[in-house]
Amino acid sequence: MSSAGSDTPTSHRLISAPVSFVSGADRSIRRRLFLSRVFSWICRFVTYASLAVLIVLLTAIIWSSFGRLAFDFVYSTNSSNPKNAGMLAGLWGSFWLVLFTALFSIPVGVGSAVYLEEIAKDSFFVRLIKTNLSNLAGVPSIVYGILGYTVFRSAAAVLKVWFDGQHAFNIMGLFRLRLHKLPIYEDNILVGALTLTLVVLPTVIASAQESLRSVPSSLRVASLALGATRWQTIWRQVIPAALPGISTGVILSTSRAIGEAAPLIMLGALTITTMVPGNIDSPVKLITRPMQVLHAPLDQFTAMPIEIYDWSRQTDSQFTAVAATGIIVLLIVLLSINAVAMIVRHYASRRLKW
Amino acid sequence: MPAISSKSVPPSVAGVDRDLDMSAHSAAIQARGLDFFYGEHQVLFNVSLTVPERSVTALIGPSGCGKSTFLRTLNRMNDLIEGSHCVGEILVEGQNIMDPAVDVVLLRKHVGMVFQKSTPFPKSIFDNVAYGPRVAGEKNRSVLADLVESCLKKSALWDEVKDRLTTSAMALSGGQQQRLCIARTLATNPHIILMDEPASALDPASTDRIENLIGELCANYTIVIVTHNMQQASRVSHQTAFFYKGILVETGPTMKIFTGPSEKQTEDYVTGRFG
Repeated sequence: MSSAGSDTPTSHRLISAPVSFVSGADRSIRRRLFLSRVFSWICRFVTYASLAVLIVLLTAIIWSSFGRLAFDFVYSTNSSNPKNAGMLAGLWGSFWLVLFTALFSIPVGVGSAVYLEEIAKDSFFVRLIKTNLSNLAGVPSIVYGILGYTVFRSAAAVLKVWFDGQHAFNIMGLFRLRLHKLPIYEDNILVGALTLTLVVLPTVIASAQESLRSVPSSLRVASLALGATRWQTIWRQVIPAALPGISTGVILSTSRAIGEAAPLIMLGALTITTMVPGNIDSPVKLITRPMQVLHAPLDQFTAMPIEIYDWSRQTDSQFTAVAATGIIVLLIVLLSINAVAMIVRHYASRRLKW
Repeated sequence: MPAISSKSVPPSVAGVDRDLDMSAHSAAIQARGLDFFYGEHQVLFNVSLTVPERSVTALIGPSGCGKSTFLRTLNRMNDLIEGSHCVGEILVEGQNIMDPAVDVVLLRKHVGMVFQKSTPFPKSIFDNVAYGPRVAGEKNRSVLADLVESCLKKSALWDEVKDRLTTSAMALSGGQQQRLCIARTLATNPHIILMDEPASALDPASTDRIENLIGELCANYTIVIVTHNMQQASRVSHQTAFFYKGILVETGPTMKIFTGPSEKQTEDYVTGRFG
């Protein structure tokens, strides 16, 4: 459609005095250029300053780890002799913890995010939940430790009495696992993982929500217009499109659980132990010892950050090297998880044909 | 009222007779006394419009006049907007689609929609076209392959994409994407196709192809098209409906609306005096 012509005649702007484009010709421009340069220098400084602190820290840790840094550190358990102390129990403890934390938090977190973003109608209650999720993410993890102690550990204590009474798996003679012959503890892996789930859940939900929000709504509308149901639209369009973001966000927020010591100590996790959950001290035994695998979630545990904390408190100065080596191993594990997140993101987005 | 010369109206695309007497066709859609509200704000006032079967009806009018809202009530896409509600009656092939018993999923299969912005799914060309039949439960690979081929042929895209059906639909040009969206809509086997400014984001050559496509499709489908482009409305439609401020001002054969409308507002709009 052609627009109607304007009634007034077009006025021509007169060209005024010649303008100089030479740098620094104008005082106010000089001042603005100066400020702009100062600003970029400040930004550069704060970036490199934090990087420098990180490098200093890492160097200090590597420096102090000399004396214990050796491969046998990851396949020997803790010892009162700093020459022999290793992280095997903590590594396995953290492995089981993160495994179950992920198993609990991923379905619950992604499910909640899908509900909040895709299904729930905008009501006061839903807005209340959405606002308070960020508040929950800010709650110190020790508070979740207290909650976990009161709820999960108490529940485990009740179960323990039940199991010790040998009732559980003899009902109707269906199960003859004889699980009661294995000791069950109230400060077990599952209790720890459930507590850590509480710690990471707000972040998991928030990152999944963020990825779902970044899916263009035109995709949903187009799918619904083709006669897809809401469920088909979520399952076939929204979740695949959000999957790279969801998987990365979820893995990264779950991996935060690895560094948590406070809530686990609160629950009564072991500090000094040579005990590996379910006595599974090598990946091979995950396949060859199924009964022990079943038992591991109900066994006592320690975790990497707890061991590091414990070593750093030892009076024997030789344990400083042990603690530093522990930190290096923890950092390597965290970096590996981040690498896995990047690989998963790559494969999840390759399935999409953007 | 000064008559507008019919010479100023561009020629129609093949397959569209703009002087056709629509009363001879049976009605595909009948809207009766339709009021539409976004919350408290009323955007459609007592709209009654009959869309004849196997024809093209263009909805024109200035921005915010309610023509897109009206279009989206025809397959209940407005249900997605929270706080909106609708009063009145819309009969699609004799059934009142405002009835709460109506399944919107079945309705939207029957009344397809093409949007202003082409929205291919981030999937292959094949999977895009096969999406509608798949969500309806079709799993047979050869049935799907036949359907994809026939729909891409109907939307005049087959020759351009037949060798790369498994490549991403996002790699197609804007005009190709829009024809893909039309093919995708055809794949659900609708009787009625709603088009919301389908060519407004396209270059003139692609627009031309879409318009010719509309001319071909109207032999078998009932098409309702919203457009801001007056020439486009006059080229592709049998019937034109002019909306202004939520009121359906005038409906009639396209040639009549563009050469001798009964209402002053219509004439001012189609001659470009406002809007």
